Amino acid sequence: MSEDIISKLKENVIQGRKTEDDEGIEEDLTGPGVIELTQQALDANIPANQIIMDGLTSGMEVVGEKFSTKEYYIPDMLASADAVGAAMDLLKPHLEKSGVAGKGKFAIVTVKGDIHDIGKNIVAILLKGAGYDVYDLGIDIPTEKIVEYVKNEKPDYLGLSALLTTTMVVMGDVIEALKSAGIRDSVKVLVGGAAVSEEYAKEIGADFYCLDGFDAVKKLDALQAA
Amino acid sequence: MAREGLLIERPLLRMTQEQVERIHQASMEILMDPGLICFNKDAADIFQENGAEVTTLPDYNHPAWLIKIPEQMVLKALDSAPKTIKLGARNPENALIMNGEESRVYYITGSETNIWLDVDFPTYVKKADSSKEIQVPEFIPRRGTVADLCQSAHVCEHLDTLDGYIRTVNIQDKDITEENKDVNKYFASLNNITKHVMAGLTSLDQLDNVVNMAEIITGGKDQLKENPIISFITCLVKSPLQFVEDTTDTFIEICKRGLPVVVSSAPQAGSTAPIKEAGIIAQINSEVLAGITLGQLVNPGTPVLYGSVPVRARMDTLNDSYGCVETSQYNIDCVQLARYYKIPNYSTSGVCDPKIPGQQSSIERLFSDILVTLSGPQYLHCTYGLLDCNSVFCLPQAVLDDAHFKMIKFFLRQPIIDEEELADVLKQIRTVSGTPQKIFISYIRKVMRSGQLSEAYPFDGDGEGDNVFKLACEKTQALLEKPVDHIDEATTSTIFKEIPGLLPRLNIYQ
Repeated sequence: MSEDIISKLKENVIQGRKTEDDEGIEEDLTGPGVIELTQQALDANIPANQIIMDGLTSGMEVVGEKFSTKEYYIPDMLASADAVGAAMDLLKPHLEKSGVAGKGKFAIVTVKGDIHDIGKNIVAILLKGAGYDVYDLGIDIPTEKIVEYVKNEKPDYLGLSALLTTTMVVMGDVIEALKSAGIRDSVKVLVGGAAVSEEYAKEIGADFYCLDGFDAVKKLDALQAA
Repeated sequence: MAREGLLIERPLLRMTQEQVERIHQASMEILMDPGLICFNKDAADIFQENGAEVTTLPDYNHPAWLIKIPEQMVLKALDSAPKTIKLGARNPENALIMNGEESRVYYITGSETNIWLDVDFPTYVKKADSSKEIQVPEFIPRRGTVADLCQSAHVCEHLDTLDGYIRTVNIQDKDITEENKDVNKYFASLNNITKHVMAGLTSLDQLDNVVNMAEIITGGKDQLKENPIISFITCLVKSPLQFVEDTTDTFIEICKRGLPVVVSSAPQAGSTAPIKEAGIIAQINSEVLAGITLGQLVNPGTPVLYGSVPVRARMDTLNDSYGCVETSQYNIDCVQLARYYKIPNYSTSGVCDPKIPGQQSSIERLFSDILVTLSGPQYLHCTYGLLDCNSVFCLPQAVLDDAHFKMIKFFLRQPIIDEEELADVLKQIRTVSGTPQKIFISYIRKVMRSGQLSEAYPFDGDGEGDNVFKLACEKTQALLEKPVDHIDEATTSTIFKEIPGLLPRLNIYQ
């Protein structure tokens, strides 16, 4: 019974079906999606770490392989990551009991003056799908609010996003404000966005420049493994 | 069974209906005054027997007649000319059905170039930094051969958008003569492609040999009539307004045999036609109508295509300029005129002025390919691989053109806007606007896999590099490695026994 649920969970992650209403890639796939199956797994007292490792992570590994062989495209990857992210929300209260160490708390934000959020949202979906505890602070957020959040909520990572050359300078302001508040070293700062470059990230003192969401996951996972 | 072609639902029009009718009237006037000079006695006799005013012109070195064609004669010819023409193919599924009133576009190669362009990729090293090197295509022109023609037909068989084949290169091997050129060019083409094959004849003496070859392939005279796997292009009227002697002979003989034939005229605005649009259009229209009229007088019901190859002169050299904007304008005008007469149109696009592939070539050919396609000609030729006007053919360029026609065909799909579609998208919009992420990506996947999205450009470079031509060359090589459905051994054997002049090396079974 539990093997059946986990197997279906993995298959639905691969198909990117978050709920029973979603269409997968295979036309005839129906029945519960990742959220419903995760709940069924919890109801069947399957440990959270088994749900994550054998269902969600195992499914995402297959998605990653299909992506690398160009069988899957970014929308497929995002659908699966979004489904896994939703499952992680359900599993969150059970993680400690199950002895699962999270990958860390990630706050993501579009800086003051910039209202663009599609890129930020995609990065958030991918990070959540990769097992990070993501907090989306929103768009056009004043620097002082970001600093206040870091001070009070103590995220492990802070992702700053800006699309425009006129607003990317605010990312430097945020880093300077973190320094002034004496909390710069408490958080790793990742920056990204269309106008941002590796050189610019270095110039403003960010810890990482991320080309896109996949790059962010890769760099953070490498940091975890180190 | 026929190829689908590309149906243009709402063709691009340059002229108003009133302007079309004015051009028609102007052409009728031209046919009476000044009329056409005819250097072909048979044609002059045919026109005279049927009531045209024909007078001998004494002031020419060659026997010549002035022919004045009345409007009623033209209208009668237009009436008897078929409105729907079938161009058959060795594979009957590749037949082309063209209706003069329906804007269904077929993409065709052509025309006969003298130069074949080989491509090499030498490596260049940066003088200031020898660690940096790049590969740049080098184009090597040479005279075309029968082997090139085979290779070209082979690749064209595998180009998805390509509907029919006009020989792309003039075969100039040492053992090719005026007497054997026609049979060899038709055989080399037919043996390497199962789509329709069209060409011009070099020698009228070879007409029956070519027709016999086609009858052997199809199984007989009636079968060839039913499935005309070959057709002919004739430029019997030289601009301005002159029936030439030899091609008119050829045209008359083709019409007598009832095989499909293009009546093509290729005036150059500025030199052999007026530089003004109204002038070249009225003139080319009268030239083509004169040819069509002769064909219908010879053999009413002969399938004729309204062939238009108008071009503007370059001001710096007075050479043809296929790449200039006006050339596309003239072609679109002619498409409209042919549709007015309900005769399938043989039109021109994709020809460019530069001698090698590159940016200018891409811009010029795409400009005319898109616009002339939009006007809805039935038989759009010159569209693959041509450079330097009609002088150079480059096979990887033809492969690139195929990719570009896929884009054009995709663009011209009709939008799906109905109740069901709108209900679906409104549901998506309402659902997504209520989510924190506000992203529609989850709805992409089904559409992505249903063939409703256009494909990525197949020659996309990696990083900042432009590898388009290198990738096109690799694709060309891959297509050459794909098999071709050649004419079977028994039929080939019969052809080589019965048709004189074929080069033994073209027999793949020996």
